[in-house]
Amino acid sequence: MSIGWYLAVSAIVFSTGAVGVITRRNPLVVLLCLELMLNGGNLALIAFSRMWGNGDGQILALVVMTVAACEVCIGLGMIVAIHRRRLPVDVDELRELQG
Amino acid sequence: MSATTWGWLVLLFPLLGTLVTAFGFRRLPGRSAGWIGTAAILLAFVAAVGALIALQGHTPAHRELVSSLWDYAVTVGIDARVSILVDPLSVFMILTVTGVSTLIHLYSISYMDRDRGFARYFAYLNFFVFSMLLLVLASNFMLLIVGWAFVGAASYLLISFWYRRTTATRAGIKAFVINVIGDVGLVLGTYFIFKHTHTLEFLGTFKATRAGAFGFGTNEGDLVAGCVLLLVGAFAKSAQIPLHTWLPDAMEGPTPVSSLIHAATMVTAGVYLIARMHPLFERAPAAQDVGAVAGAATLLIAGTIGLAQSDIKRVIAYSTMSQIGYMIMGVSVGAYAAGLFHLMTHAFFKALLFMAAGSIIGAMAGEQSLDRMGGFRRALPFTFGCFLVGGLALSGVPPFSGFFSKDEVLLVTGELGGWHWALYVIGYIGAFLTAIYTFRMIFRAFLGAPVPEARELEGGHPHHAEVPTNPATGEAEDTDVGFPGPTHAIAERALPMRIAMGLLAVGAVGAGLVQIPKLDFVIDDFLRPTFADASHYEPHTRNGILVIGLTLGTLLGLAGIALAYRVWVARPGTAKRLREQVPVGRALYTLFVNKWYFDELNDALIVRPVAAAGRFARDKVEQLFVQDALIGGTTGLVRAGSAAVRAAQNGFVRYYAALLVLGVAGVGFYFLLQT
Amino acid sequence: MSAVLFFIAAIGVITGAIGVVMLRNPFYCVLALVVHLVALAVLFLLLRAEFVAAVQVVVYAGAVMVLYVFVVAYVGGEGNGSAGQLGERLRGSGPVASGLRLGGTLAGGALLVELLIALLGTGLKAVSGYGAGYPVGLPEAQTFGTPAYIGNLLLTRFLLVFEIASFLLLVAAVGGVVLARRRRGLGPDEERDVITPLDLLRPRGTGTMSEGVGRPTP
Repeated sequence: MSIGWYLAVSAIVFSTGAVGVITRRNPLVVLLCLELMLNGGNLALIAFSRMWGNGDGQILALVVMTVAACEVCIGLGMIVAIHRRRLPVDVDELRELQG
Repeated sequence: MSATTWGWLVLLFPLLGTLVTAFGFRRLPGRSAGWIGTAAILLAFVAAVGALIALQGHTPAHRELVSSLWDYAVTVGIDARVSILVDPLSVFMILTVTGVSTLIHLYSISYMDRDRGFARYFAYLNFFVFSMLLLVLASNFMLLIVGWAFVGAASYLLISFWYRRTTATRAGIKAFVINVIGDVGLVLGTYFIFKHTHTLEFLGTFKATRAGAFGFGTNEGDLVAGCVLLLVGAFAKSAQIPLHTWLPDAMEGPTPVSSLIHAATMVTAGVYLIARMHPLFERAPAAQDVGAVAGAATLLIAGTIGLAQSDIKRVIAYSTMSQIGYMIMGVSVGAYAAGLFHLMTHAFFKALLFMAAGSIIGAMAGEQSLDRMGGFRRALPFTFGCFLVGGLALSGVPPFSGFFSKDEVLLVTGELGGWHWALYVIGYIGAFLTAIYTFRMIFRAFLGAPVPEARELEGGHPHHAEVPTNPATGEAEDTDVGFPGPTHAIAERALPMRIAMGLLAVGAVGAGLVQIPKLDFVIDDFLRPTFADASHYEPHTRNGILVIGLTLGTLLGLAGIALAYRVWVARPGTAKRLREQVPVGRALYTLFVNKWYFDELNDALIVRPVAAAGRFARDKVEQLFVQDALIGGTTGLVRAGSAAVRAAQNGFVRYYAALLVLGVAGVGFYFLLQT
Repeated sequence: MSAVLFFIAAIGVITGAIGVVMLRNPFYCVLALVVHLVALAVLFLLLRAEFVAAVQVVVYAGAVMVLYVFVVAYVGGEGNGSAGQLGERLRGSGPVASGLRLGGTLAGGALLVELLIALLGTGLKAVSGYGAGYPVGLPEAQTFGTPAYIGNLLLTRFLLVFEIASFLLLVAAVGGVVLARRRRGLGPDEERDVITPLDLLRPRGTGTMSEGVGRPTP
């Protein structure tokens, strides 16, 4: 299949992830949807790397994966901490940074 | 040294005196602030004498010397320099001012001895002398206005010197407000004159006037307006009708202050102003007439009020007002030398009278009412003698100085003829009244049966009030800072007071000798270079009117003394009977005692409307418009706007994420459209 | 052949993605993501990125998702699924939540449309191609996407990137440890006597309020 198909799939995945981030209330699931968006980006990167024929896109995809791993680590750590403090694990309830 | 250097020294010494006393009073031991102040003015007097000698070293045509220290604002259209003018008129004034001031400072050392504000007093007094000297030495309108304003400020500081007395502070405010009205007149008058002459310097102004800046006729509109506004300033400072109401209230200040400021120096600033501006006034005879009429009216009205007052200082205050009326009348009709000569002699005998009044007030332990005084002749002989000398000089009895000076003014007025005869007559009526009220005061205070305070003093110890009271309202006051000290000084017991009063008495007696009509013309000759261009300067009194005038003056003075003797000493109940039983007498007495209702008139016409306008402005304009509409409206708008914008920060993470995505979509959409 | 594989993998990817977004139980979402990741790895393989595909499966699906499973097990999926007072809030509490639901979907849909337009209507000819061709004989023909190839790139051209990424991992590790530290309940933290180097230079309590009001400093 031509590269364009892969890019289309990547776009679908990305926007699905975006909708998920906005729509879900459980922060865990929000993080998962964030992973979705990152993966969509990864797919685009790999597709372009294949298109141009050099490895830059793959390297960047690896780095993105690294960053995603770090972010998951921190994000999950925060969720665990929130759960430990008996606060509701719900993005709508955690809104003290307001006004 | 040149005359102008002496002139700067004259200004420097009082300024140094003020600064040293004001900044160093904590470190100055004992009563040295007083001696420093006196020494400063004495040095200024010495410098003034030096200036006189240096000035006389020039030929008469070259006796107008200007010295500029630095250019304050010399630029397009304006020339404001810090410069002084040393000429016969200013030297005359600085000699009078510094001479009398030195003696008053000396007197004050004893008078204010126990007052806790001793150093503050001398700082203020030196500042006042500095301001007055600045005023008379100024060579341009700017410094004149500066000196004028400083003198007003010093007067306020000194009138409300005992600042814990409400009567004193109120009097200070009243004096200052009326002075400010005069300042406004002065500044506006300067503007009208500057508009045509385009220079602030006096000599330049006079030159431009001679060259036709106001045309070659008389009574040009702007010139008359300017001169009348200058007169407003002069009247406010010299306490002429209608801006005179502050002077009697100003007696709330300590007696030496009244003696210096409100008798000898500050109130003469108006006379000096008219004399200095004589080239302008000569081209605006309308303004001169205004001045003459106001002077005459003042001298008559003040004389009548003096007949009915019971506070000794106020009697002398009204007498000052009356005598300044003579001076204003004199310089307004062109009798410059005569008016200024009367200024000098008046300074001597009026300061002397105030000092003597201070002595007897001290003997009465602060009580100032004539109703409570009597029979001090044996207890206070020296004071009595000073009162007599001053009173005779004031009444115009020869050979005292007042006789020569006052009659000279009236002579020149009579010479002019025409409607000035009315002024001549008023002048002599005023002289008659002067003699009456002066000797009413002296006889009531010193003759008759001695009051208890006098008897105590004869016994050898001065009277002390158990509870010091405010002489005006009778309320009790304590003797802490801001009030007079616990003890009072009398001349018989204080050497500095006696020296000062003695020297002034010599002046009051002998000063007339320098200007005896037809015999010597010291003052005339001395002042001639300044007034060289005046139209009536040369004295050419006809012998007939001279003799009539002199005899009439003497007779009226003596008749007044005799009348006063008869009413208040020989037949003691006469005054009361005149007041209460003769109908005209009762009406006149009410009018005089209420000071011709000028205070009430001012209150109704000016004070109440202005206060009402202020209340209206505060309630309606400030509260409603500024506070509520402008400020409240602006803040309300901002608060509402920010509340609207704040709604975007609601804390929902999903909301932020949604906005993000929307934003990205929007930007992408924009770029898509571009392609 | 590759087209068939592509479509199977693509359907797996999209189904997994939709599953993550729509499923109620967070555990199921995690599982859906795992499916998505594995299908994505297949797509990577189709694009000749062997190493990245392997890393995706081993690291992403293998480690990161396992971490997720642990956390979901600990925190619990009671987030959105269970009943109780949270049940009513499920429907979207208030206008903000329901508006978000609708608006979010619309925004995402708009984004998708734009992206598709951008990607597919692009002027880049190469997008409609099948990728860069590698003439036989060139090193890339054999080594493109192999670990050797990636390693070579990482250690030559992208060395700085490599080092910074490692550093980022270190920071994240430290952060994770700090965040998940066990504390003793919700009480106030006990005062611990912390000595700073500056204490050696000046007395304790210098510059504090207690010193200012004159109380003796410890």
